[in-house]
Parts: sequence; C-alpha cells; structure tokens
Amino acid sequence: MIPAEFNYEVADSVDHALSLLAGYGPEAKLLAGGHSLIPMMKLRFARPSALVDIGRIAALSYVEQDDGHIRIGAGTRHHDVHHSPLIEAGCPLLSFTAGLIGDPQVRHKGTIGGSVAHGDPASDLPTVLLALDAEFVLTGSGGATRVVPASDFFKGFFETAIGPEEILTEIRVPKLGASSGWSYLKFSRRAQDWAIVGVAAIVERSNGGIGSARVALTNMGATPLRASSVEQALAGAERDAIPAAAAMAPEGTSPTSDTNAGANYRRHLADVLVGRAVEEALGGP
Amino acid sequence: MVQAVQRYVGGRVLRKEDSRLLTGRGRYVDDLALAGMVWMAVVRSPYAHARIKAVDVAPARDMPGVVAALSGDDLASEWAGPLPCVWPVTEDIKMPQHWPVAKDKVRYMGDAVAVVVATSRALACDAAEAVQVEYEPLPAVTDVEAAMAEDAPLVHEDLGTNKSFTWSHGGVGDVEGTFAKAPVVVKERYWHPRLIPNAMEPRGVLVQPGLSQGDFTMWSATQIPHVAKVTLAMVTGISEAKLRVVAPEVGGGFGSKLDIYAEEALCLALARRLQRPVKWIEERSENYLATIHGRGVLQDMELAATEDGKLLAIRAKLIADMGAYFQLITPGIPMLGAWLYGGCYKADAYWFEYTGVFTNQTPTDAYRGAGRPEATYAIERAMDALARRVGKDPAEVRRMNFIPPFSEPTALVTGLQADSGDYEATLDRALELAGYDELRKEQKARLDRKDAKLLGIGISTYIENCGWAPSSLLGAIRYAGGGWDSASVRVLPTGKVEVFTGTSPHGQGHETTWSQIVADGLGIPFDDIEVFHGDTAVSPLGFDTYGSRSLAVGGVALKMATDKVVDKARKLAAHELEVAEVDLDYESGRFSVKGAPKQARSIPELAFTAWQAHNLPPGLDPNLEASATFDPPNFTFPSGAHICAVEVDTETGKVDFLKYVAVDDCGTVINPMIVDGQVQGGIAQGIAEAMYEEAIYDENGILLTSSMMNYLVPSAVEIPVATLDRTVTPSSTNSMGVKGIGEAGTIAAPPAVLNAVADALSPLGVTDLQMPVSPQRVWHAIKNATGRNGGPA
Ligand SMILES: Cc1cc2nc3c(=O)[nH]c(=O)nc-3n(C[C@H](O)[C@H](O)[C@H](O)COP(=O)(O)OP(=O)(O)OC[C@H]3O[C@@H](n4cnc5c(N)ncnc54)[C@H](O)[C@@H]3O)c2cc1C
Repeated sequence: MIPAEFNYEVADSVDHALSLLAGYGPEAKLLAGGHSLIPMMKLRFARPSALVDIGRIAALSYVEQDDGHIRIGAGTRHHDVHHSPLIEAGCPLLSFTAGLIGDPQVRHKGTIGGSVAHGDPASDLPTVLLALDAEFVLTGSGGATRVVPASDFFKGFFETAIGPEEILTEIRVPKLGASSGWSYLKFSRRAQDWAIVGVAAIVERSNGGIGSARVALTNMGATPLRASSVEQALAGAERDAIPAAAAMAPEGTSPTSDTNAGANYRRHLADVLVGRAVEEALGGP
Repeated sequence: MVQAVQRYVGGRVLRKEDSRLLTGRGRYVDDLALAGMVWMAVVRSPYAHARIKAVDVAPARDMPGVVAALSGDDLASEWAGPLPCVWPVTEDIKMPQHWPVAKDKVRYMGDAVAVVVATSRALACDAAEAVQVEYEPLPAVTDVEAAMAEDAPLVHEDLGTNKSFTWSHGGVGDVEGTFAKAPVVVKERYWHPRLIPNAMEPRGVLVQPGLSQGDFTMWSATQIPHVAKVTLAMVTGISEAKLRVVAPEVGGGFGSKLDIYAEEALCLALARRLQRPVKWIEERSENYLATIHGRGVLQDMELAATEDGKLLAIRAKLIADMGAYFQLITPGIPMLGAWLYGGCYKADAYWFEYTGVFTNQTPTDAYRGAGRPEATYAIERAMDALARRVGKDPAEVRRMNFIPPFSEPTALVTGLQADSGDYEATLDRALELAGYDELRKEQKARLDRKDAKLLGIGISTYIENCGWAPSSLLGAIRYAGGGWDSASVRVLPTGKVEVFTGTSPHGQGHETTWSQIVADGLGIPFDDIEVFHGDTAVSPLGFDTYGSRSLAVGGVALKMATDKVVDKARKLAAHELEVAEVDLDYESGRFSVKGAPKQARSIPELAFTAWQAHNLPPGLDPNLEASATFDPPNFTFPSGAHICAVEVDTETGKVDFLKYVAVDDCGTVINPMIVDGQVQGGIAQGIAEAMYEEAIYDENGILLTSSMMNYLVPSAVEIPVATLDRTVTPSSTNSMGVKGIGEAGTIAAPPAVLNAVADALSPLGVTDLQMPVSPQRVWHAIKNATGRNGGPA
C-alpha cells in the first residue's frame, strides 16, 4: 500500500509534459486523475521512475462542439463529462455512462483521457466511445498531432495506439441524431465496481424497426469489442429479431475468468444484456 | 449535546463519542508519534507452504535509515513462550507452536519470515523488499476434507496429521434411534466461506520502552488490552507489572482484534532490544493475509421429523478450518454454537460434534457472531428444507415447533437452560411488519405470469447466547480465561463522576450507555460522567469486549457498583441527618427524611463531605466510591425474527432486496438508538456474508481475493434499510434484564437471505445454494436444476 520511490513533476502545459517525459525516458509515466495508476503503484505492480502530472493543466479540461462533433479535453473529469449539458444534449450515452463509473470520489478525480489511455477492457468509457465511433487526438513532440479512430486505437490488454512520447489530448465524438436510441447496461455486483460485462447499444430507428445498430462490449476480451455479428443481424431487422441477434453476442469474444465470473457466465451475460440493451435503445413498442 | 431526558436508561441518548469521532479528533494508534520512534515492517511469505532455506537480511540492513533487520532465528531468543492459544478444547488436542516469526517453514501466504526496522515507514517498506528469502515451495492444502486425507501434505509435520481434535457435545436423548425411526429425515450440507473481517481501522501497535524503570507501554488497536497484558507478558518475558497496555480509540474489530498477534510481541521485543519506541501500522493488503479470518466451516446438518413437520432430533457434524496455526481462541469458535443447533425449537434428541483441521491458510478465529451464525444458519436453512419437504409454509413449521413463552430458566433441547424467550410473539410481529400474506400473493402472481423475476421470502427465527459465564463453566469447557467483569464508580468531591470499566469498547458506545446507567443510578447529569476504559493502568482488571458480553456482564457489574455507591451514600446521609437508614427515602440522587422531605442530602453533597471527612460515621472510608465484579450465573439468550423478500432475476442470477424486517429481543434496552445501529450494522454484515464476501484461495494457497477490488465488501448502496422493531423479554440471568445485541444481526441475516433466494428458486427445482449467493452461483444453480440457461419457471 506504499509505492516504491519515484520522482514527481507537475507539467503546466502539454509541451512541458512532453519535454519532461522525454527527459525522464521510458520509465516515466503521465499522471492524470491517478485512479488507475496510483492503485497499481501502491501494490508495487507499477514502479515508474517519475510521474509527470498533467492533471493540473487547465487547457486539457474542456467540452466544446462544432457541427457534427463534441470535442472533449482529455483531462476532463468523469464528473464533468457526466454533468456537461453539451454532452447530455449531443451524446447522452456518454454523459450517462460517465455517471456509472466507480463512486463520486473516483468521478471527481478520474479523467476521460486517463480512462481511454489506460486501455483496461473492463472500463466503461472506452466501450461507449468505440460504439460511438469516436476519434482520439494524440499530440507528440513539437505539437504534432495525429487522429486515431476508436476502431484502431485499442490494441490489447492495457495497450493502445498512444506512442511513448505522445499525449492523448482530445476525444471527438459524433453527435447522435434524433432517430438514435441508446443504452448502456453495466452488470456488476457492487455499484462501485467495474463491469463484469457491459453493453453499449446505439440503434438507428426506422419505421418502428431497426435501421442499423452499433453494439460494443465491455470486459469480453483484451480490448473493448464491437459485436459485429449482432450488428449485422440487426441491420434492417424488426424487434422480434433481437433475441436471435443477441444470442450471437459471444461470437468473437474471449472473456477471462475471475473470482466474480467465469468465461461462460460472461458469455451468457453478454447475450442477455445485449438483448436488453438493444430493446432499451429501440424504445417501447 | 444531550437532549433532556428524564430517565436516561431506555432513551435515545446521542452518543458522547460521536462529536470527537465525527470531527476527526479521535486518537487512534496511527495518530500517535513519539520522539525517536522507528517503524517496523514485516517480510511475509508469498507462498502458502514452503521450507525456508535461507534468509539474508544483510541487503536490508545496509540500506539508509535501517536500524535493524532480523530473521526468525535472530529473534528466537526474545521469546519466553509462543503466541497464546487459550482454548485447547480437548485433552488430546494437537497444538502447534506458533512463533511470531517463522523459522523452519512458512505455513500460509503472509506468514512472517523477517522484520526490518527503519526511521520512516516508507524506508521500512523498501527495506522489507530487500530482504532475500530462499524458499523451497511445498504442496499446499487448502480444503478441509482434502486436509484429512491420508496422503495430504502436512501443515505441521511434527503433529503427524492435519486433524487437530474432535470435540463432541455428548448428545441428548436417543439420537440414532430417533433418526432410524423418523418418518422424515432432512440432510443438508452447508459451507461457510472464509471471511475477512475488514475493520475500518487496520491493526496498529506502538511500544514505548521506559528508559529508567525498564517498563513498557504498548498502544494497540485491540479489543482486549487486559488479556493482552497477561498473555504478552508470558510471550515476551516482560514482567506483567511492568507492562501497560492501552487500547486508544479503536476503529472496529468484529472479533479480528480479539486476538494476540505476532506484531504486538514483535514491537515489544524490538523496543526492548533497540530501546526506542517502535511502531507498526498494518497495510490493508497485509490485513487480508495476517489478520485472522472468520468461518471456514463445513456442516452436515440433519433433522428428524414427523410427517407433518414436528421436529424430533437434530444432528450436526462439522469440519472447521483452523488455518495454519491457532490464534487466541481458534479451536473453540465452533463450540460457541455447540448448544444452538436446535435453535428455538422443541425436540427430543440432539447431537453436535466438530473436527478442527489445519490448512495452509491464514489462521481463523472469532468473527462477529463466532460459532453462532454457523449454528443459526444450519438450523434455519434446515427448517426451511423441512417445510418444503412436508409441504408447509416455513412460518407454520416454525410456529408448531417453537418452545412456548417462558420467563424463568427453561431447558433447550441442547441441554442448556435459556433465560427467557417468547419466540412466537417476535415472529408474529415480523410477519405483520413484512406484510407476509401480501408477499405470498405477489410471489404466486409472478409465477403465474411467468415473470423472469421471481420473488422469494426468507424467514430466520434465531436464538443466540451472549455473556459466556459463569467462569466455572468456562473452566469446564477448557477455556483458560474467566467470564466475569468489573467496574468502579467514583463520585468526586465536586459531584462529577469517574467510571472505570473492564470492558474495552471499539465502536459500541459504552461511554454513552455506561453514563446512562450511572446517571440514573446516582441522579447525576449525564454530561458529568466520564467513562475510562481500555487502559490497564487505569481500568480495573476485566475481560474486555467481544461476544456481545459487555452490557450483560460489565454493564451489570457497573450497575452493582453504582448501587454500592448509593448504599454507602445512604450511610453517610443517615449519619449527617441523624436518622436511621430505614428512615430515608432515596430518589434521583437525593436522600430525604421520611415525613420531613426538606431534610435531605444529595449524592454530590455527600461526596464532598465524605472527602472532607470532618464527620464520618465510624468505619467508613473518606470517599464515595465502590467497585463490583459480576460473574453471571448463566448466559443470556437474545432472540428474534428476521424476514426478507428478494427478487431474483432468473436470466442474470442477480438478487435484489424488496424488503427486510427485523424484530429482535435483547431484553431490557438501555439505548434504543444504539441497539438499532447494532442491528442495522449487523444485518449489513450478515448480508455481506450471504451475498458478497468470500476469501478465495487457489489450489496453491494463494489468496485471490487479496484486496477490496475483488473481496467484495458491500457499500451502503447494496444494503437495504431494514424495518426494525423489538419485543422485550427481560433476561432472568441478571438484575437488569439485559441480553446483548452486538452480533444478533450478523447471526440472523444470512439464513434469512439464503432462505429467500431458495424460496424464489424452489419452483425451478433448485435445492442446493451456498453462500455467498453471487449472480453466477444463482445462474449455475438454475442451470443445474433446469438444464436451461435461466429464464422464468
Ligand atoms: C475505486 C475505483 C473504482 C473505479 N470504477 C470504475 C468503473 O466502474 N468504471 C471505469 O471505467 N473505471 C473505473 N475506475 C477507473 C477510473 O475511471 C480511472 O479514473 C480511469 O480508469 C483512469 O483515469 P485517470 O485520470 O485516473 O488516469 P491515471 O490513473 O492518472 O492514468 C492511467 C494511465 O493512463 C495514462 N494517461 C493518463 N492520461 C493520459 C493522457 N492524457 N495521455 C496519455 N496517457 C495518459 C497514465 O500514464 C496511466 O498509465 C475506478 C477506479 C477506482 C479507483
């Protein structure tokens, strides 16, 4: 419960953070809300030589919009994502889900950028961002930026497309239209826990049926996953197709077993929860 | 602030303790710092079972700030005796020696192999990492049945077996014959998982060596400063007269601090060796490994009954997981339930026995309820199984088997005399509060409409026993300590009162309830009373706080001491007023002459004149104080009825509460607010056990649930707010009629919850359900029973 020794630096800008990172080399780590990194340091699973604290860079915390997108600074806290009127209006799936993370303390400290950068397949926001076809803006040395779509971003267990000397600076989310219904169902044993399984669903309604659907899964593999078979089965389908489509949810997944749930139970939950999430996103008959 | 109440006893008096505790001004061990203080850290085994080939402390000793680094061998000369186990339950019990630091072998993950001492906590942690230990891993045994197999790895080779003892109650009536002839026999098997107590404050120790006198003061986050003083003197060889033990503010215990731990002995030995104050504060992850666990009990429970559900006989056989060593009372824990497997029911025959086995896991010991939750769970779940078997409502089957109301000692089937009870009244009230008939209708409606969410109702009508006494009985069951307790009351010259108690509260609010008792007895304002506890230099000898004993033993001793003060004051008043004692009336702290009420003396006035000693009656000491001890003639037997209604999602296995009703009977109530708090908190802990908590080890003895991330202590969100009520059946064991309430909720709740889930799932054919009823476990049970992947009945 007491971390190994480390250096600590406060960055006052993204540039400053990048130069500090470069100075300390590969053993240094960025610190945002600290709610994933510090627990690992306390157990001495993570032993960074230095922490570069980007949590105090005010310029990384914002919510803005343009025509089709909402742009969120990577340093925006879960609490602020949850309560942002802009996100609530343009992408309620995201603000709703931010309110399900951990407990109030976690939401006041943890950041959307940290959640994405950490690459934990049990986290809620990455799944939702994958379902939303979000884009991630990475800033490297000299202020060079590149934009990575969510579908290319999550590489493996705790592994993302972020390079060693890059910072995730912005998350861009396409707004949902009036015909979109959505749901995020998180199944956990205690309110404060990570999801045993989570399901994000976005349904484009069309004449009481389903035009198209996007479905993503939390904690069903090494990364958040799109349930492509389910999406295909639902495209242009009627409500009564939902159970059969949901039954395909486990396809292509590789859930782990832990003390809360075995892999088979997770597959079963994915089926049940996908059915319920799509129903909810489609709305009442 | 305390509200104005006429009589304090029975009033919802706000707790004296809370203003300091809620504003962060409580002083816990970790708040204490002494000049020249150094920190201890413990090097712990990552293996469950391994031979220690070599311990190299040199790399740690050479680090900056490190004062000492010592292996088990280095420390061997410090010990006058091993760590104590004071309850060798049978004559032929196999008792391992338990040293504070392992020397030859480690026997559980977390077993201590070395200690380091450094000038800061962080340096001590870093240095502990630097100690090099060479292990030869050995196969581990983690399952109680596997531990008894012929070829099982031996936790203690010198004992030749993992089986330590079998203790038998001895039986009542013709058990074999009754089972052989009974038309209905119910056989159930229940497993009580290991539980991690998780007191809010982890353990902590600070020892100050006295440089001149060679004495030692130990501050410890303990429930038992008095017992610690006696036993740690024996472990360290420090004269008991030179050892002072203080339990400052203690942040919860639940039994986990009813123990004598290696770290207490180590801090004493290191302070003696280094002649510096030594401090150790447990980390939470250490707490999961090195503080005792609870339960770990496998039960075979059988009931014999008639075809219409009348109970004839009970037979319970247990295997209990002792863990790798005995802690203070490890072997005796299941015995605390030995006389309760018959519950509050009539029967003709009874058998109980248990076997204690060693495994390569953290030692077990008392955890809130200790032995009694196991007993209550077994009989209450089995009563539901019996009800299903004979096709009757579980409330009905209980009612027809209850012992009728009694107010004088009456024998239970187990042979014990219970003090008083009215079980049917309690159940009736609970059924009414729960809206039982409505719930049954709703349950049926859901089944009829093939709802995926089924409703289940669970009943638990428990009795338990508190205040284990008399001491002679404890001797007869081979327990080394006594069952008495003590108190002193001193009225000071200014009319303020000092109360000294042998109990050691750690969250229970004794300062408040003890003040209520004395305020009423002496007619002194509540706020003028100070209660001193938990410091062996100040408190009278006593047996501390656990097993819901404090009020039923120490509180009664306090009432006796208070009455003695009044008796002495009467002598003083009679002398000063120049009348005979029989000519005095006494009310609310005031003696007045019968027929001349203006001629009077108050207790504070008498305390002042006693102190002046200008005009004392012959033979009286110049003070107004008295002490008393109480060794109860019997236990007390609280009882109650808990009913809960749950909704089970048959597709996911998730269980949600619709209602939880608790009607408890703890005899006379001193402070209803504190009783409510104990019940609600106990229910929370019982629900935690029923649905969430389970220490899980893998087959190599590695603790998988090693942090609060995967050992699921529920939060307020998961716990229903219970509807609470009470019946009052005063105890016949003590003059106050009090029984005890500290563990009742934890004892009652688990079978109520499991019975509810089983009730919901019985239309699906589910019969086997074990704790904790996690969603996955419910789903598996449905799948096993129906062959389907969940869904409605
Ligand atoms: C008790 C508890 C409960 C929780 N429950 C949930 C839950 O239910 N659902 C859930 O999704 N999460 C949960 N979390 C995790 C929480 O959401 C974390 O806040 C989040 O995962 C990490 O965000 P952070 O800002 O705290 O990141 P940090 O811990 O500071 O950093 C995490 C990692 O990301 C890197 N990093 C951070 N920011 C950036 C950046 N801008 N660019 C590049 N790299 C960066 C860091 O170097 C580090 O490796 C919980 C955490 C706790 C402690």
